[in-house]
Amino acid sequence: KYLFSINSALGDQAYVWNENEMFLFRATLAFAMRTYSDGQEYDVANVVVCDETPRVSFWFVVTSPLDASLLVDKRRVEEAVRKSRSRINSAFLLTDDTLEFIGIPPTLEAPVAPDTPPWLIAFGVVMGGVGAGIVVLLVSSVKRDGEEETGGKTENEAASDAIYNMSFSDDEPVTQM
Amino acid sequence: MTHDQTASLEEEEAGDRPKWDNKTQYMLTCVGFCVGLGNVWRFPYLCQSHGGGAFMIPFLILLVLEGIPLLHLEFAIGQRLRRGGLGVWAQIHPYLTGIGIASMCVSLTISLYYNTIIAWILWYLFNSFQEPLPWSQCPMNANLTGFVSECERSSPVDYFWYRETLNTTPTIEEDGGLQWWMVLCHICAWSLLYICIIRGIETTGKAVYVTSTLPYVVLTIFLIRGLTLKGSLDGVKFLFTPDLTELAKPSTWLDAGAQVFYSFSLAFGGLISFSSYNSVHNNCEQDAVIISIINGVTSVYAATVIYTIIGFRATERFDNCLSGNILTLLNVFELPEGDITDSNYNQVVQRLNETYPEVFQQLDLTTCNLNTFLIEGTGLAFIVFTEAITKMPVSPVWAVLFFIMLFCLGLSSMFGNIEGILVPLQDLKVFPKTWPKEAVTGVTCIVCCLVGLIFLQGSGNYWLSLFDTYGGSIPLLVVAFCEMVSVVYIYGIDRFNDDIKFMIGHKPNFFWQATWRVISPLIMFFILIFYFVTKLSEQLLYKVWDPESDKFPTLDEKQYPVWINVIIFILAGIPSLAVPLVSLALAFYCTVYVDSSVCSQEHGMYH
Repeated sequence: KYLFSINSALGDQAYVWNENEMFLFRATLAFAMRTYSDGQEYDVANVVVCDETPRVSFWFVVTSPLDASLLVDKRRVEEAVRKSRSRINSAFLLTDDTLEFIGIPPTLEAPVAPDTPPWLIAFGVVMGGVGAGIVVLLVSSVKRDGEEETGGKTENEAASDAIYNMSFSDDEPVTQM
Repeated sequence: MTHDQTASLEEEEAGDRPKWDNKTQYMLTCVGFCVGLGNVWRFPYLCQSHGGGAFMIPFLILLVLEGIPLLHLEFAIGQRLRRGGLGVWAQIHPYLTGIGIASMCVSLTISLYYNTIIAWILWYLFNSFQEPLPWSQCPMNANLTGFVSECERSSPVDYFWYRETLNTTPTIEEDGGLQWWMVLCHICAWSLLYICIIRGIETTGKAVYVTSTLPYVVLTIFLIRGLTLKGSLDGVKFLFTPDLTELAKPSTWLDAGAQVFYSFSLAFGGLISFSSYNSVHNNCEQDAVIISIINGVTSVYAATVIYTIIGFRATERFDNCLSGNILTLLNVFELPEGDITDSNYNQVVQRLNETYPEVFQQLDLTTCNLNTFLIEGTGLAFIVFTEAITKMPVSPVWAVLFFIMLFCLGLSSMFGNIEGILVPLQDLKVFPKTWPKEAVTGVTCIVCCLVGLIFLQGSGNYWLSLFDTYGGSIPLLVVAFCEMVSVVYIYGIDRFNDDIKFMIGHKPNFFWQATWRVISPLIMFFILIFYFVTKLSEQLLYKVWDPESDKFPTLDEKQYPVWINVIIFILAGIPSLAVPLVSLALAFYCTVYVDSSVCSQEHGMYH
């Protein structure tokens, strides 16, 4: 059984369902049977549709091209439909959600899994930067401590400068931002 | 210490004591410490659950009567006595050293787990640099026939949080081992913190230019983006719709008081420390008022932004539910598309129910209603908000922005937490004086990093909530109450008033007198009693993620094992009891060794 949900998929660009569209459907299904089933020459006439509703849903069966009264096994039809699902969908500008086959679940695409998880790359970048920063700061403070020990006199001068510049209160009683 | 002695002490200390490069750094550091993750994920929840816009009334009243006075007190005492969180209490009276030790213990407890939250944020941040986002879809199961069952039964965001991030165990007893990816993020978080505090406020003061301002930029970007999404205004309306009946309930007022208190990061010792690096004549009164206002405004602003996004998410969920129901109805009743729309949905449902009741009952349609999410804490950030982000176009950008904002909010709060540990450790002379500052901060970070590994096990999330509920609540209230009483009644409110007059030029007015002497201590006392009673009377339950339970995917409630009570006592009891116990110990010690340096005040008050 087929269910078409044209409006929800296409909205403003929805096409009207009519006889021609049904013809296209039967043709695509015949194509599917030809390519993915036993290779016999299925024709549009072999796809029989019944019970069409305004919802745009209907039942269909496929007859064998050799003998019109013989119905093709349901499982083989399902298999053919499953394999050509994307072609059928794109013929009608629809997707698995909007073009439903009752009884044939959509095949799930395996999500792409990259070799290195992306988060490790981001982590590596950040840790590299942080590590470099820590090393730089530690080295510079070791150098600074080395200079302070040798330059004792300059330290006192620096301290007296600091007293002069330090308090906010020198200029204004209320600290402005 | 007389005022003249203070002024000369300031000059002597010029070379030794750290100081702020400029006023902006000081203000940004304090704002960063106060504005934290709680403003983003606790305040909106409280607001919505306590009557929306009506919650602003108790919040603002208590902000003025409780928050601002306590803040001013901490700033003033730090600036006057020029010591960190432990030194000020030792100087007021040696027996009060217990308050300092208690606040150091609390800062330590909180630092341990708070950085794990930052590690979680970093994990999400690192995972945001991919399209599609990993929490937007379920992974496939082993033989590629469908999605992983745990994920299918719950949701991709739940699965990503509980399984791929936390790898959580069903109970707190099963530890599940260390999760290596979280250990990496944890080390990263502590390294980032270390590089910012490596030289104390010299480096912190530079870092806060970014960490304190970036959240506001991101919030504004999200606000603009949020307002353009459908349903956002409904979310904001829902948040602020006032329900004045909530004001009659005492729990509303108590929750507001607790939120104001925790939001200001009082009693950690960090604020006292930061203001001790100011010059003596800095206007601490003005600072206290400005920072309080900024904190309050930020809470409201963040709540608005969060709820625009939540409103969008709730509306989208409602729309999806409705479309799903419409599709089911169309399929079952074979109606052409367009017969049922959003607007005539209710009438059609009514009509169909009347004409075909049996068929309709069998359908079992889910009722769609527009209810926004009443959720707080990590659930809000890592489940609800991340889901909302996956529905926005260009999701990775929004995810990166959001998690950078959370990271900055958390890191700037950590600066204050760590200050509340480092300065007392130095005052207690735990580290030899010859050690450079880099080594002191390094050792502290490494020790905290190692202890924090508890929270990276499978059961880590449960340990973290335990620490948060018991270690970060009652001891803080006890310390704050003791602080107020010590300053007002032991140090002396008159002496304190004179100090402030010396520092800023005028005596504090009647508002400060009334709040310091009576109103604020009373409020703290009530909140403390309320918390104590609620925590003691409630059953010790915790929520678990258990795929085997019947209630899955809702969280199951389990009882804590008996030995957890010991842990709770250590977390909450020891810091709180430190205040009286240390007093008694020192009183006993000082009556025996009268001349010991510990027992006399360093620059004696009574000289």
